[in-house]
Amino acid sequence: MSDLVNVTMTVNGTEVSHSIAPRITLADFLRQTLELTGTHTGCEMGVCGACLVILDGRVVHSCLTFAVQASGAAIETVEGLSDRAVIADIQEAFHQRNALQCGFCTPGMLMTAHALLSQSGVPSREDIRDALSGNYCRCTGYEAIVDAIEKVARDRYAGANASAPEEVGA
Amino acid sequence: MKARAFNYVKASTVVEALKAFEDAQDDASYIAGGQSLVPTLALRLQAPQLLIDIAHIPVLRGVDLQGDWLRIGALTRHHEVLTDPLIRQHAPLYSEAAPHVAHPAIRNKGTLGGSISHADPASEFPAMTLALGAELEIASRDGVRRVPADDFFLDLFQTAIEPGELLVAIHVPVVRPGHRWAFHELARRRGDFALVGCGILAEFVDDVVKQVRIAFFSVGSTPLRARQAEEALIGKKLDQAVIAAAQAVVGDDLDPPEDEHTPPAMKRHLARVLLGRLLGEIARQGA
Ligand SMILES: Cc1cc2nc3c(=O)[nH]c(=O)nc-3n(C[C@H](O)[C@H](O)[C@H](O)COP(=O)(O)OP(=O)(O)OC[C@H]3O[C@@H](n4cnc5c(N)ncnc54)[C@H](O)[C@@H]3O)c2cc1C
Ligand code: FES
Ligand code: FES
Repeated sequence: MSDLVNVTMTVNGTEVSHSIAPRITLADFLRQTLELTGTHTGCEMGVCGACLVILDGRVVHSCLTFAVQASGAAIETVEGLSDRAVIADIQEAFHQRNALQCGFCTPGMLMTAHALLSQSGVPSREDIRDALSGNYCRCTGYEAIVDAIEKVARDRYAGANASAPEEVGA
Repeated sequence: MKARAFNYVKASTVVEALKAFEDAQDDASYIAGGQSLVPTLALRLQAPQLLIDIAHIPVLRGVDLQGDWLRIGALTRHHEVLTDPLIRQHAPLYSEAAPHVAHPAIRNKGTLGGSISHADPASEFPAMTLALGAELEIASRDGVRRVPADDFFLDLFQTAIEPGELLVAIHVPVVRPGHRWAFHELARRRGDFALVGCGILAEFVDDVVKQVRIAFFSVGSTPLRARQAEEALIGKKLDQAVIAAAQAVVGDDLDPPEDEHTPPAMKRHLARVLLGRLLGEIARQGA
């Protein structure tokens, strides 16, 4: 047995506070305690990328972080990005291009795409593939995912004189 | 898989961390970025009673130039190594290796000190530590000492850091005019651990090699210096014949383990190819 620890963090803009066992990963905390099941867990060892979330502005694996380590941090999950509509164009492009089949990998793909597309410039297909190197998809063969992200990159660049996108570290 | 139950403390100073470890009678682990430790705990290869979070200790942070040395705090994250202008200027082999270390999300959390302490023989940063001739600042209950990279990597996942000690900072002698360097690795995919990789730092005087450090990774139980290949270069101009002479002996410098997919003969072959490319690149840098 271990001593419970109080953790307080901001998740999708709302402050949450819970007393939890230190062995609980951030992924399990989000999914089981907060019932935010948009974040998926596959390998639980940093390989598949299904569990990516944004922690203090940078994309990290929630399976490789214990929730206690994230105490005091600001977390954003795919639910938060989706509700704020900051990835609406990426979601639309995934839908249009059939860039998901079972959808298991999709939350992680969206996180990676969001981080990549928040940087300046238009990434090449090679850059996109590089950024996706830590995201596994067992269904699509990746081509459609790269197409979808490339389309959003071009569209955003074309419409760049609209509002500037927020900065998120890759 | 889930980690076994443990207690957790967040240390705010080095002394606090060292004391927590001692109080736990060594049944503890430090956690920095957690990118190697958390999988180890999840797979239950380790199950310490106590996890001591060192990620919030201010003195383990920061990059500063101190005379002829660059001090890089142990907590410097991989993504910071990738973009830090001081590291780029003074310890460039770390910057060149950084894009090859894992994937973007892992680089956002993993720390240079964690990578060096973990000492995976397939890791880029430990080998670059050797190539750069860095010194490792280690804190214990008895005080602080500095260990040269050549004496630091002892065996598979074993370093000069004794249980309970903390790596505080990496001190790198800054590169100077006359220095040339090159890094390359062969991996199946970007972000995967390399099949073979190598970093070279060489000092030239009038196009003649005065000193050189060649460090390979993924070819033995620790990062390895290719001493015979280095000797083949000292006092020579880097022409085709000299490069070929270094390539001829480099296989003997390495000690690749038996591996079904990349047998030792293949690793030695890849290492020869890599060495040839890197020395060619270094020769061209003088042109
Ligand atoms: C999918 C995946 C792919 C990866 N690919 C690569 C790769 O291609 N190349 C590569 O080099 N690495 C790779 N890594 C490993 C990654 O680089 C780790 O982040 C790094 O090796 C450890 O740094 P950390 O801060 O996360 O350390 P932690 O995981 O926190 O700690 C690792 C070990 O070092 C100890 N430790 C940490 N900091 C200190 C300190 N300051 N003093 C004393 N002891 C300390 C800990 O107690 C622990 O035993 C990969 C990891 C994953 C999950
Ligand atoms: S569940 Fe985190 S990377 Fe697979
Ligand atoms: S859509 Fe099924 S894993 Fe990617």
